[in-house]
Amino acid sequence: MQDILNPRDANDVAEAIASAAAGGRRLELIGRGSKRELGRAAQADATLDLSVISGITLYEPEELVLSARAATPIAEIEKALEEKKQELAFEPMDYGPLLSKAPGTGTIGGAISAGLSGPRRIKAGAARDFMLGVSAVSGRGEIFKAGGRVVKNVTGYDLPRLLAGSWGTLAALTDVTLKVLPRAEDRATVLVFGLSDVRANEAMSAAMGSSCEVSAAAHLPRVSADRVPELNAPGKAVTALRLEGISQSVAYRKGKLEELLRPFGDLGSLDAVESRALWKNIRDVTPFAGRSGRAVWKISTTPSFAPVIAAGIHAASGADYFYDWAGGLLWLEMPGDKPEEDAVRAGLAGRGHATLIRASAAARASADVFEPLDPVRAAISQRLKASFDPKGVLNPGRIYADS
Amino acid sequence: MVAMPAPDTSVLSRREAIVAALRAIVPGEGVIANDVAMRPYESDGLTAYRQLPMVVVLPETTAQVSKVLSYCYENGVKVVPRGAGTSLSGGALPLADGVLLGLGKFNKVLEIDYANRAVVAQPGVTNLGITRAVEGKGFYYAPDPSSQIACTIGGNVAENSGGVHCLKYGLTTNNVLGVEMVLMTGEVVRFGGKHLDAEGYDFLSLIIGSEGLLGVVTEVTVRILKKPETARALLVGFPTSEAAGDCVAKIIGAGIIPGGMEMMDRPAIHAAEAFVKAGYPLDVEALLIVELDGPEAEVDHLIDRVSSIANECGSSTLRISNNEEERLRFWAGRKAAFPAVGRISPDYYCMDGTIPRAKLPLVLSRMRELSEKYGLLVANVFHAGDGNLHPLILYDANKEGELKRAEDFGNDILRLCVEVGGVLTGEHGVGVEKRDLMPTMFTKTDLDQQLRVKCAFDDKGLLNPGKVFPELHRCAEMGRMHVHGGKTAFPDLPRF
Repeated sequence: MQDILNPRDANDVAEAIASAAAGGRRLELIGRGSKRELGRAAQADATLDLSVISGITLYEPEELVLSARAATPIAEIEKALEEKKQELAFEPMDYGPLLSKAPGTGTIGGAISAGLSGPRRIKAGAARDFMLGVSAVSGRGEIFKAGGRVVKNVTGYDLPRLLAGSWGTLAALTDVTLKVLPRAEDRATVLVFGLSDVRANEAMSAAMGSSCEVSAAAHLPRVSADRVPELNAPGKAVTALRLEGISQSVAYRKGKLEELLRPFGDLGSLDAVESRALWKNIRDVTPFAGRSGRAVWKISTTPSFAPVIAAGIHAASGADYFYDWAGGLLWLEMPGDKPEEDAVRAGLAGRGHATLIRASAAARASADVFEPLDPVRAAISQRLKASFDPKGVLNPGRIYADS
Repeated sequence: MVAMPAPDTSVLSRREAIVAALRAIVPGEGVIANDVAMRPYESDGLTAYRQLPMVVVLPETTAQVSKVLSYCYENGVKVVPRGAGTSLSGGALPLADGVLLGLGKFNKVLEIDYANRAVVAQPGVTNLGITRAVEGKGFYYAPDPSSQIACTIGGNVAENSGGVHCLKYGLTTNNVLGVEMVLMTGEVVRFGGKHLDAEGYDFLSLIIGSEGLLGVVTEVTVRILKKPETARALLVGFPTSEAAGDCVAKIIGAGIIPGGMEMMDRPAIHAAEAFVKAGYPLDVEALLIVELDGPEAEVDHLIDRVSSIANECGSSTLRISNNEEERLRFWAGRKAAFPAVGRISPDYYCMDGTIPRAKLPLVLSRMRELSEKYGLLVANVFHAGDGNLHPLILYDANKEGELKRAEDFGNDILRLCVEVGGVLTGEHGVGVEKRDLMPTMFTKTDLDQQLRVKCAFDDKGLLNPGKVFPELHRCAEMGRMHVHGGKTAFPDLPRF
């Protein structure tokens, strides 16, 4: 069994990493391990368990800022925010259901390192868009900070945002400072029934191009829609558009949106409570939850390409799929445990990027889990990695096999 | 004054050969080598600093940019990229031994994609030019720095420019989807596209706000938004800046994110009113402009809520715009604040720190003390929503020692911003101006990590050197790891 190191604070982390670097040892970084079966497995000699480095250190609601140690559970942060009617506006998804793990165990550092964001991504931005500041330990074992605690800051390179989505391969986060936002007072969802993928794509594009301020837009073809209880439309594809804000505004925009979408098909709607449940299901990809043994991919693409890409991959592999982010995010479930990477990448044809989210360890070790890079980007990625972690101590192999 | 690196005489001695080589890449008037014609490029918006470049090159294609950089890389020639030259921090200040690479000819909007709400533009298109290209269909590009009529989208990427609507709509970094960039080696690379969340490391985050130190951007993809249905503004005067600051905190605490929220102090109010006659109250210490945008029903409701919060906070005057003309008049004074201050003083020095909003009263009172100490007046405009402060220090460059005093005053203000938990620059960039203040905010370890990132892009340190970082080191030296020997592995860590 591999050594587990339990640093108590940032200084311990620095010491552990410095001595690993000196001794040529490689470390796997974990918070509470909720995303350990996601991405490529780190090829490490020891595990650096950061779970004790936890707790909210600063929360000033009127300044819209919250600082927390990296392994603070998201659930703890969300609870603190909820008490002040605020939220993490990037709506970080919970991989628990999809990976057949307990829900709600993720940490803020994990959410940021994996670059998680949910349906509101299209309006509010991604995890990185809320990163204001960071304190971290580089692969050199040096504690450094970057950014600050204010929204507007161009002092030095934007390392806090760079570290978001870097899967712990550049530095071990110890403290993060985030922008938080008021939670919407009210919400509603407009549904359109029975649209083809292409027609749904047009409907979502029309909605996003309107002044209705749609905060989420998804299209679930029949198979996926049937698995979401709130949609309650057996045998029909459903397109869903969320509106959030003060009640007067939600009601007004709902009327406008319904008018805009009426030519597309039959309409329905969900109230605030139903909306919350629906978008949590879409956020957490529950149409594909509890179905381990079937590989799941995530594709980020230009929205209008998505129906063509989905149709191509479906024809080649029989994959089920649904769309979030107004078409820009495509979730695909393969019929079996084989990732069928060739079918996915051929269908995508470079028009975005595909990430293998759920697959056996063996499949994740042999496939390109993340989109392969062209030689120039691959070279600069390696140089960037080396600028933080010259000895390759941190999460080696987590993103790419050779770095 | 901040000192620039000493020119490399071996490069200067090769000037003729370098100019000839560049002429072979960019034909005709694209290479400017005589002093008179290079004069317009000698400074940017930070006019206290001036330097003629060795040569100006104005390429028209990505291929030319690539060849110029590749040549300069091979021959050890420094390069300073430049957009419209509106930088207020000296980011585009030329080097005596460097090529000034102007991107002004990259001035076309390449694609407008309404279905995916994206615009692809060359970097020399102005910020406002993007909005102009799409406003016919009711769209706009959200970040709106006050120089938007002149500043370019490429410059916005370099500086991560903001504007008055940042709190609600984000900065450049939140609105750019992709770039094409040429590395110092001449390699052309794309990061992002029209899709969200680029694959691999988030290079876009690194490039946006990198002040031209990592590469030369040759194409930018931005997201565009549908214009809000309506916008209305409140103009609220307060007897003290504390009351105004309190009002800002209460508005945000009530869960309201205004489209814009600007504050001006007494000197700024008086200067603006004298200039544009916007109807500002003159008997107040602080003036707040709060703009709400969105659907009419929402805006009307929020106007009422903000009005009652303002009353609770002891506002002494309160006006609400009832039509577009009135709203624009409220803004006219704020938007003209810089030239208005320019009218009452021969010169002014515009600062750009950001502070936690709650520290505003403290910072303003300390600033008044500094104003007395230096014997220079200061007027303040403040992006109150996001804590970005623009003190304008009034001075006269023709008076012996005043520029120096203004700079010292400014530096003290920025140190104060850092001291209260803020940062040196909110949107103008570090450039030359604030370079030597970086150590007040960052330790050597912090700065070394940033320099190593720079080395990953520019191993010879040829791209815009002398900006942002106070010390230059060779990349090989930066990469060394000093390992403290003799330690056992993880001696003090509890294990399971």
